[in-house]
Order: sequence, then structure tokens, then C-alpha cells
Amino acid sequence: MRHIISVLIENEAGALSRVAGLFSARNYNIESLTVAPTEDATLSRMTIVTRGSDAVIEQITKQLNKLIDVAAVMDLSEGEHLERELMLVKVRAEGAARDELKRMADIFRGRILDVSANTYTIELTGTRVKLDSFLQSIARDLILETVRTGASGIGRGERILKL
Amino acid sequence: MELTGAEIAIRCLQEEGVEYLFGYPGGAVLHIYDALFQQEQVKHILVRHEQAAIHAADGYARSSDKVGVALVTSGPGITNAVTGIATAYMDSIPMVVISGQVPSYAIGEDAFQEVDAVGITRPCVKHNFLIKDVKDIAPTIKKAFYLAKSGRPGPVLVDIPKDISNQRTEFIYPENVSIRAYNPVGKGDSTQIKRAAQLLLGAKRPMIYAGGGVVLSGAAEQLTGLVRLLGFPITNTLMGLGGFPATDKQFVGMLGMHGTYEANMAMQHCDVLVAIGARFDDRVIGNVEHFAQVPRKIIHIDIDPSSIAKRVKVDVPIVGELKPVLDELLAVLRASKQQPDAADLAAWWKQIKEWNVAGGGLRYKNSTEIIKPQYVIETLYKITHGDAFVTSDVGQHQMWAAQYYKFDQPRRWINSGGLGTMGFGLPAAMGVQLKHPEATVACVTGEGSIQMNIQELSTCKQFHLPIKVLSLNNRYLGMVRQWQQFFHGDRYSESYMDALPDFVKLAEAYGHVGMRIEQPSDVEPALKEAFARKKELVFMDFQTDPKENVFPMVPGGKGLSEVVLSEDL
Ligand SMILES: Cc1cc2nc3c(=O)[nH]c(=O)nc-3n(C[C@H](O)[C@H](O)[C@H](O)COP(=O)(O)OP(=O)(O)OC[C@H]3O[C@@H](n4cnc5c(N)ncnc54)[C@H](O)[C@@H]3O)c2cc1C
Ligand SMILES: Cc1ncc(C[n+]2csc(CCOP(=O)(O)OP(=O)(O)O)c2C)c(N)n1
Ligand SMILES: [Mg+2]
Repeated sequence: MRHIISVLIENEAGALSRVAGLFSARNYNIESLTVAPTEDATLSRMTIVTRGSDAVIEQITKQLNKLIDVAAVMDLSEGEHLERELMLVKVRAEGAARDELKRMADIFRGRILDVSANTYTIELTGTRVKLDSFLQSIARDLILETVRTGASGIGRGERILKL
Repeated sequence: MELTGAEIAIRCLQEEGVEYLFGYPGGAVLHIYDALFQQEQVKHILVRHEQAAIHAADGYARSSDKVGVALVTSGPGITNAVTGIATAYMDSIPMVVISGQVPSYAIGEDAFQEVDAVGITRPCVKHNFLIKDVKDIAPTIKKAFYLAKSGRPGPVLVDIPKDISNQRTEFIYPENVSIRAYNPVGKGDSTQIKRAAQLLLGAKRPMIYAGGGVVLSGAAEQLTGLVRLLGFPITNTLMGLGGFPATDKQFVGMLGMHGTYEANMAMQHCDVLVAIGARFDDRVIGNVEHFAQVPRKIIHIDIDPSSIAKRVKVDVPIVGELKPVLDELLAVLRASKQQPDAADLAAWWKQIKEWNVAGGGLRYKNSTEIIKPQYVIETLYKITHGDAFVTSDVGQHQMWAAQYYKFDQPRRWINSGGLGTMGFGLPAAMGVQLKHPEATVACVTGEGSIQMNIQELSTCKQFHLPIKVLSLNNRYLGMVRQWQQFFHGDRYSESYMDALPDFVKLAEAYGHVGMRIEQPSDVEPALKEAFARKKELVFMDFQTDPKENVFPMVPGGKGLSEVVLSEDL
């Protein structure tokens, strides 16, 4: 099962490598990992998307908690949550495809950030599924580059991860 | 007054009450060695290889309830130390290692003797630090000691760049530490403890399985109280030996790969199992699917939540320090009007006795022609009245020592279980002997293992450590040979130890007493003579049966009841 795990971690040199090292050393899978400081600059917030059986996910959260720098861990997928990812896609936009791509970007509520004679750079946010389906909706040979941030997640309503 | 970083580091060790610092100097730690030179409180033990410094600090810690402390230089100093650090990590031993680092301005430039110490040790420490400011030295060392000994213990590394050890600042040793993201639990959950008590009182075929956590937490007394109160059978893991008296009638022996038949059968067939500071290691329960075939309720008490439900499903998890948890459990049991069903318990004990007979207990065929290694250990037990500190290396001799020396007290059996590090025994014995100068310390080793840190005979000479080394010399990497005999069609690939040195001369060359023992009839007199030499290190080279195997044996990947009992079955 796919799980999305949020981690509050001391914003210290090496903290990220402790998490990354844990996943590789214990053979856990990382689909994506995002990290940046929070409103409290001494803490970073990490979102990790991973896959595993219930037993593996239980070990992942326990092992994360065991890291001295980790202050709090929440498996967002255990409850209501929101998930967003940012993607930048550069596409070949020439001739008839130019209008078509603009239309697709609108349908997916994307924004065109950069326009050149032959290309568009489109910004999209959404769930992983939405971003995937955008990519599937345009001809493969038109895609020049994609950059994705990986998911960031947050609990709904009163589900709060804070110290 | 302002002190240098080096002076501060040493002052911190003084504040922590460190008696011995095991180490080896080098460029990056020169300032620290200079500070060490100018004081007397912390005594430095100069080893002959950094791995030995860590094992010695480890032996010191295992034989006491104190933190072991070591000091090594950058580059090759810290890489040599890694095996020792990983050994301590796997067995949860409290330790602080200070390493020198190249000057902070040179980090990242492939400077002379630079390695990323924090990166290299990350997977085998509880935590580590790279000091970036001289002001951080004191608070960081304070944190290091706190982390090493609190919660689930483990090694902590503090890496100090050379320039920082020479900068000055005011020395203030913090009174308290708090690490906001680190809050180890104390007491266990009372509801869970009550549930555990209910399960125990209702059990028909109960089993207590206690591990290294009992020794680490100093909860042997509580455990013994619990076992005696309930009248249940108890087994210990290799790491737990001595956590319950081995000569007690409720003790059914060690369990696991080389455990007794009755201990393993009782593990497999019990209806309620309580695991206390033990982590269901693969050498202990063998094949997990096979283990899970028999339904049983499991209570698991451990301070580390990640030890619980890692390999087996648990019905009643209790996260907490063993002492308060066991105290509370005992109180609940004592207050309960219910008692375990006497008839059920009697039937269960009868079954266990039958397994003991069927399995033949621990046995070997002694000989008048050739020295049997088990006989050496039995005689060691007899001569030392079961009262020695016994360290061991890794291999067959380790298993025979664990099986045939009956440990009645915790912290007397000192071995590398989790990592299984050959070369551990002798340096660990140095740490033990320093901590307990008057005690009898025996190091049971093999001719393979001893050669992995034999240079420490020199350290033993310098510091007058009268360790008794018992080398069970079977001319083989015996444990490897045994597996090759059983599982690789007698193809003894590289397990014969050719060109062995003359160990007697070698011991003598280091200034010690050497003995070669070839006849079974000489075993006891030799041991008596050796142990009578209270002030000398005696190296005993026992020429033992090269074909002897360790039994019982649960082959790797098999279930606990799929055991090979002996050669002739
Ligand atoms: C050649 C060889 C053969 C071996 N054969 C066997 C064998 O036959 N049988 C066997 O048992 N082992 C054997 N081992 C050892 C095995 O590899 C493991 O090291 C050992 O079984 C682990 O012991 P343990 O479960 O007691 O855990 P330990 O490694 O001692 O772990 C201790 C546990 O206690 C917990 N703990 C620590 N402090 C506290 C506290 N204050 N409060 C609560 N909990 C705490 C820890 O979190 C941890 O889970 C062998 C090793 C070698 C090298
Ligand atoms: C550092 C290290 N290398 C390799 C091994 C694998 N190993 C386990 S037991 C063993 C043989 C040990 O031989 P010896 O010390 O003579 O003991 P014996 O088994 O003969 O009693 C080996 C090579 C190990 N445990 N540690
Ligand atoms: Mg050998």
C-alpha cells in the first residue's frame, strides 16, 4: 500500500541524510521525499511517500521516531488528508499543438509560465494522479522536460502535526 | 577561565566520572592528548589497534553499568574503530567515542587523513555529532553521555576538528540536558500491564523468554522475582545469560540455534509467551513462518518500540524500562487473588522434563585420548566456582562457553552476539579486568579469533592485566567448518588454519606465560596452575578435537523444533 508520512525533524546538518540512510539501509522504498523548513526555522517538515505492507509501514514509523533528530511522525494516510505536488513541464508547442496544449493546460488548471517561439513551460499542482493524467493526455513526443517536487501532505481539519 | 577545546573535552570526561579512556593517538587528536597528559584523573589505556580500544571500552561497559569511552584519531583511526562501534551498536552497549577530525576549514578538501566520520558511522551509532564551534564541545559531550546510557543504550560518536580542539572558550559543564526530540519512556502502560498479568495467570503452557535487555537495564532481580513468583519455565538468549541464575531449577537453558531442546520446544509449544528485553532474533526463533504455525499469545516488554512486532505479531506490547514495568507487573500479580492453575503447570513441567530427556540435555562424549572443548569449559566452571567474568570470541568455542559455563549473575558473560565479531574477546577482557582489578577474568577464544587482535597481549603487559586466555585450538575456523560439513558436502573451503604460530612462544615473546595442553588429563591441572598465577596473564593453548561440533543445532532457516541433536542421531 502507498503511504504518505509526515515528519518533523530538527533543521540540522545531516538530518536529511539520517532519514535517507535509514530508508536505504533497511531496504524501505522511497517514492518521493520533500523537505523544507517550517514557520519555526529550527524545524524542517518532510513528506515521504513510500510503499509497504502494514508491518513494514509500522517499522518505518517506529524507525523514524527512533532517530534522535526526529521530533514527530504522522502517517497521513491513516486519516483524512490533503496531498499536493507541483510539476513544471516544458512541451514542444508548434503549429496546431500550440492551441491544443494551451487548452489542456486550462482543463487541468495549469498555468503557462514561460513561452518561447516553439515551447511552453506549464505549471501544474495537484495530486500525483492528476499530474500523471495530464502527462498521459498529451502526446509523449511533445514533452521535453518534466520536473516534479514529490508530494507534500497535510492532515485535514484538526489533524495537526506540531510540537 | 578560558580553556582550549581539548582541555574542555577532558574536563567533560572528568565531570562524567570517566576512569579509563581507551585510545590511540594521531595528528587530529594531538591537542586532546596534550590535555590528557596534563591531568591525572582520567587514565589513558594505550591499545595497539583502534578496534581494540572500542572493544575494551565495550567490555568495561558490559561488565559494569557505566559508559565505555574511547578516543581515536581521524581517517584510519576512526575507520579502524568502526567494527568495534558496530559491535557495540548491535548489542546496545552504552559508549562514547571521541574522534579527531581534520581542521574544520579543510573538511571536504580530501585533506590528509580525512574521512567523513559522521557519515561512515551513521548506520552503526545511536547518534553522532560533528562539532562546529568550540562552545558546543561541553554541551555535546553532555548530550553524548545522556544519549549513550538512556533509553535503549548505544554508542555515540563526537567528531572534533583539530582547529576547534585548539580554540578557547569558557568551560561550563551543563547540569542538565534536554533533547526536545528525544524522550525515552520510563513506566509502561498500566492497562497493558494488567492485560499481561491476566494472560499470565490464565496460561496453561507459559514460557518466559528473557534477553540482553534484562542485563542492560539491571532488572535481573525483578526478573528473578517474577519467575519465582509464577513458577514458570524461563529461557535466556545468548545476550541474556546471567539475567536469571543458570543453576536455578526453573532455568531450561539458552534457546535458539544452539539452545537446548527443551527451551526451543517450550518456545514453540507454549500458549503464552512473555518476551522481556529480547528481540526475536533470527538466531533465536529460526524460521518466522514455522514459529507462527503454532498459535500463542505473546506479551513483549521492551524499551524500543521498533523491537516490538518487528519479526512476530505481538498481542500485548508494553513499551517501557524493564525495572518499573516488572515492578508494576509483580505488584499486580501479587495483588491478584487468581493463581496459575497448578495442575496445568505441573503437566507443562512434566512435558518439559520429557523434552529434556528426549533431547538429551547438553551432552558430549568425553574422551581420554583427545581434549573435548566442552570439557575445558566445564573444568573452567569448576575451577572458578562459576564466579569468573568470561569474555569470548566468536565461533564454536563461544557456543560451548555459553552452554557449559553456568552464569548465575548478570554482566559476567561478555560476548559479541549481534555482530558476531571475531577479535572481540581479548580486548573486551582488558576492559573487564580494568574495571574489576581483583576479579578472575577468563577469555575463551579460538586460534582463529585470537589472531584478529593478538597484538593486545602487548597492552595487557603494559597495564599488568592478569587475564587467563583459554584458546580452544581446533586448527579450524570451527564454526565455518561445521557449516561446511553439514551444508556444503564436507568441502572445507579455506576453513583450515594452516601455519599456526607457536602460541606458547608468542605469549612468552609478549612477556606472558604460555602453556600448551594436549592431554585431557592435563586440562584440570593446567587450569589450576594458570588460575593460581594471580598476577600473570596466562595463555593456554588447548589442542582440542578438530572434529567436534556444536549441538543441538537448529539449521539456519529451519523452525525451532527442527533441531539436529547430535552426530549420532
Ligand atoms: C555464532 C553465533 C551463534 C549464536 N547463536 C545464538 C543462539 O543459539 N541463541 C541465542 O539466543 N543467540 C544466539 N546468537 C546471538 C544472536 O545473534 C543475538 O545477538 C541475540 O540472540 C540477541 O539477544 P536478545 O534478543 O537478548 O537481544 P539484545 O541484542 O540483547 O537486545 C536487547 C533488547 O532489550 C531492549 N532493551 C535494552 N535496554 C532496555 C531497558 N532498559 N528496558 C527494556 N528493554 C531494554 C532492547 O531494545 C533490545 O530489544 C548467536 C550469535 C553468534 C555470533
Ligand atoms: C571478523 C569476522 N570475520 C569472519 C567471521 C565469520 N566466522 C564466524 S565463526 C568463524 C570461525 C572462528 O574460528 P575460531 O576463532 O578458531 O573459533 P572456532 O569456531 O574454531 O571455535 C568465522 C570465520 C566473523 N564472525 N567475524
Ligand atoms: Mg578454531
